[in-house]
Amino acid sequence: MRAVDALMECLKAEGVDVVFGLPGGANLPTYDAFYDAGIRHILVRHEAGGGHAAEGYAKATGKVGVSLATSGPGATNLITPICDAMMDSVPVVFITGQVRTELLGTDGFQEADTIGITMPVVKHSFMIQHPLEIPRSIHEAFHIARTGRPGPVVVDIPQDLSRADIPYEPVADVRLPGYQPTTEGNQKQIRLAAKALANSRRPVIYAGGGVVSANAGPELVELATSDKFPVTTTVMGLGAFPAPHDQWLGMLGMHGTRSANYAMDEADLIIAIGARFDDRVTGKLSEFAPRAKFIHIDIDPAEISKNVPAHIPIVGDAKNIIPRLTAEYRALAAEPNRFDEWWSRIRTWQQRHPLQYEDSTDSEIKPQYMIQALYEATGGDAIVASDVGQHQMWAAQYFAFREPRLWINSGGLGTMGFGLPAAMGAKVGCPERTVVCIAGDGSVQMNAQELATCTQEGIGIKVFIMNNGYLGMVRQWQELFWDKRYSQVDMGDWPDFVKLADAYGATGIRLEDKKTLVSDMKEALAIDGPVLVDVRVTREENTYPMIPAGQPARNMVG
Amino acid sequence: MLSLDELEAAVGLRTGRKHVLSILVENKPGVLTRIAGLFARRGFNIDTLAVGPTDDERFSRITLTLDGAVHPIDQVTKQLHKLVNVLKIRDLEPRDTLARELALFKVSADGASRSEVMQICEIFRGKVVDVTKRAIVVEVTGTCDKVDAFEQLVRPFGLIEMARTGEIAIARGRSET
Repeated sequence: MRAVDALMECLKAEGVDVVFGLPGGANLPTYDAFYDAGIRHILVRHEAGGGHAAEGYAKATGKVGVSLATSGPGATNLITPICDAMMDSVPVVFITGQVRTELLGTDGFQEADTIGITMPVVKHSFMIQHPLEIPRSIHEAFHIARTGRPGPVVVDIPQDLSRADIPYEPVADVRLPGYQPTTEGNQKQIRLAAKALANSRRPVIYAGGGVVSANAGPELVELATSDKFPVTTTVMGLGAFPAPHDQWLGMLGMHGTRSANYAMDEADLIIAIGARFDDRVTGKLSEFAPRAKFIHIDIDPAEISKNVPAHIPIVGDAKNIIPRLTAEYRALAAEPNRFDEWWSRIRTWQQRHPLQYEDSTDSEIKPQYMIQALYEATGGDAIVASDVGQHQMWAAQYFAFREPRLWINSGGLGTMGFGLPAAMGAKVGCPERTVVCIAGDGSVQMNAQELATCTQEGIGIKVFIMNNGYLGMVRQWQELFWDKRYSQVDMGDWPDFVKLADAYGATGIRLEDKKTLVSDMKEALAIDGPVLVDVRVTREENTYPMIPAGQPARNMVG
Repeated sequence: MLSLDELEAAVGLRTGRKHVLSILVENKPGVLTRIAGLFARRGFNIDTLAVGPTDDERFSRITLTLDGAVHPIDQVTKQLHKLVNVLKIRDLEPRDTLARELALFKVSADGASRSEVMQICEIFRGKVVDVTKRAIVVEVTGTCDKVDAFEQLVRPFGLIEMARTGEIAIARGRSET
C-alpha cells in the first residue's frame, strides 16, 4: 500500500480520532489518504490555529493531539505551537510535508529545513529518509510524545517518500534504546521525604502542571489531606487541587495570592511536584523561600536542581510516587496538630490579604467581576481555555477550578492567540462539555480566523472577550514601571467583534451592563454553535497583587 | 527522627576542573546538531569535540571536554540524557582514563632554527611529516596538556598554522567507557 495509507493505519492504531490540519503541495499524498481513511480531519484556517487546537485537545483529553501542515510556510507557521507545547509539556505529534528528496537542499519551492528550525523546541523529531521508516517513526513519535515528560514530536515526510508503495505490517513495538524515562520513584528517597514531612512545622505543597499531566489530581488531594498540608499550585497546575478546598492557598507566583507567596517565603519544607521553579514563581531566585528545604518530585531529572537545589530529589511519575509518599507518611504517625501555629499564620494572611478589587457601583463591568460572573453563569462547570495577558491572570485568580484539565492556558511560552484555537480543540475532544474561551481583545485577534473553522465544523465554543481596548498587561507595566508612557498599546475600537462574529457565521453579542451580566452570559452560553461575546470592561485596571519582576515574594504590591 | 537541618542539597556543583564526557550516540543524521544545539541553547561552552565511529557501526562516540568551573556538570549530562539519540554518557574520571589528542603544527623553520624545532619534536616524540625550505610540519599526539606545551615551545619560532583534533578518551582496564 502507499506509505500514506500505512500512515493512516498507524494513526488509527494509535487511537487517533481527529486531526487538525491544512493541506498544501508537499502533503497532497497524505490528504489523498485522508479522503477516505475514516479519521476526522478538521480543516483549520491557519496552521498555528491547528497546532494550538491539537494542544487544547491534548490538554483537555489527556490524549496525544495531532496537527498537520505542508512544507515550508505551513511548517514554519507551526513553530509557535510546537514551542508552546514544549514549554508546557503537551503531547502533540506534528506531521509536516517536505519537498521531494531530489529537491532537498536546493531551496526548492516551499522548502524549509523543518527539522533544523524545530530542533531546539521539540522533544524529538524524525526526518523520514525511506518510506519504510514511516510506520515505525509514527509509532515512536506517539510513544515519545505521551510518555515521560510529555512534549511535541515532529515527523517530516518528503512528498515522494509518502506516495511510495511499501509492504505494511503493523508495528508491535518501539525501539528506542536511548529513551527510557524513569517512572518509578526511588523508595529510599520517598521514605526520606516522608520523614521530612513528618518533621516539618511549616510545609507547603507546591504543585505544577506535571500533576495534571500525570492525572495525579486525586492522589495529590489524598496526600494533602493525609495531614493538613497547605497547597498552592502554579498557573499550569490550577485544578490539580480543588480550589474550594480549605487547604487551598490559591495560585502562587507573580500574580498569585499573598498567602501562597508568603507561605512559600516562610515555609520550612516545600514539596514541589511536577513544577519547575519558573522565574514567574520564584521571583528573585536568591531570596526565594530562604528558610525552606526542598523535596522535588519530577519525571524529568534535568528539572531537579536546575533553578533551586533539591534536598530530596525523587525522579518519577507523580501518579506512582505520591500514593507511596502518602502511605509512608501515614505509617510514621506524625505528631498531630503540629501545623496549628502555621495555619493560624496562614489564616491571618488570608483574612488580611484576600484577592480583592474595588467593584463598580454602576453598570461598569470590572474585569475581575467579569470572571466571577462567568464562573457563576457556568456554575464553574466548564472547560476554560485562556489567552495570554491580564484576563488570563484574572481568570487564574477568580475562576475556582475544581478539577484537573478544566483550565487550559499557555503558561511557559505565554502565547497570545492560543486561547481560541485551544478552546476549539478542547471542545472537539470533549463535545459534551461547555467550553469557554476567555480572551483579550488583543490576543483574540491573533487567531480569530478559526471562528470560521468552528462554524463550518459546528464546534460550539463560547468566546468571551475581555475588551478594554488595550494590550492590557503591557499597558499595566508601562503604567507601573515606565512612567505611564503608553507606547503602542492602544488597540482602539476595532474590530467590531459583533460584526466579525457575524462575518464568520457565528453569533456576536456585546455586553456592557454589569447588572445583567450573569444572565446575559447564561443566554450566550445557551446559544447553539460558536458565540463571540464582546464584554466591555474598565479600560485601565491593573492585575494585582503582583511581585514586580526580579523581586522577592515579600515585596508584593497591590 | 530526622531534623530538617540535616538535609543538604548536593547539586549544581562546579567542580573546577576539566571534564571529559564520553557520549555514545546512535549513528543517525542530525545527532551532532542536536548535541551542538543543546550546548548553544543552554549556554554550555564546549572546549573540544571529537566524533568518530565505534566498534559497532550503529553507534558513534562523541568525546567532548568542558570546563567544570563554568558549568554544573550534572545539569549538562542530564540535559544530554534527554536527547533520544543519546545512549550513554560517561563523565570520565581523570585517573582512570586514557586521553589523547592529535595535532599538526606548521612551524616556520629555516636553516638555523630547523634543528632546534626538530629537537623539541624529538623530546615530545613528535613526528616530522613534511619539510620545505621555510617550514616544517610536525605531528604530535598526547594529552591535551602535552600538546599545549609543545605549542608554547614552538610558537616563538613562528607558528604558521595549527590543527588539533580535540581529545578522545577511553577508560582504563577492562571496564567499558
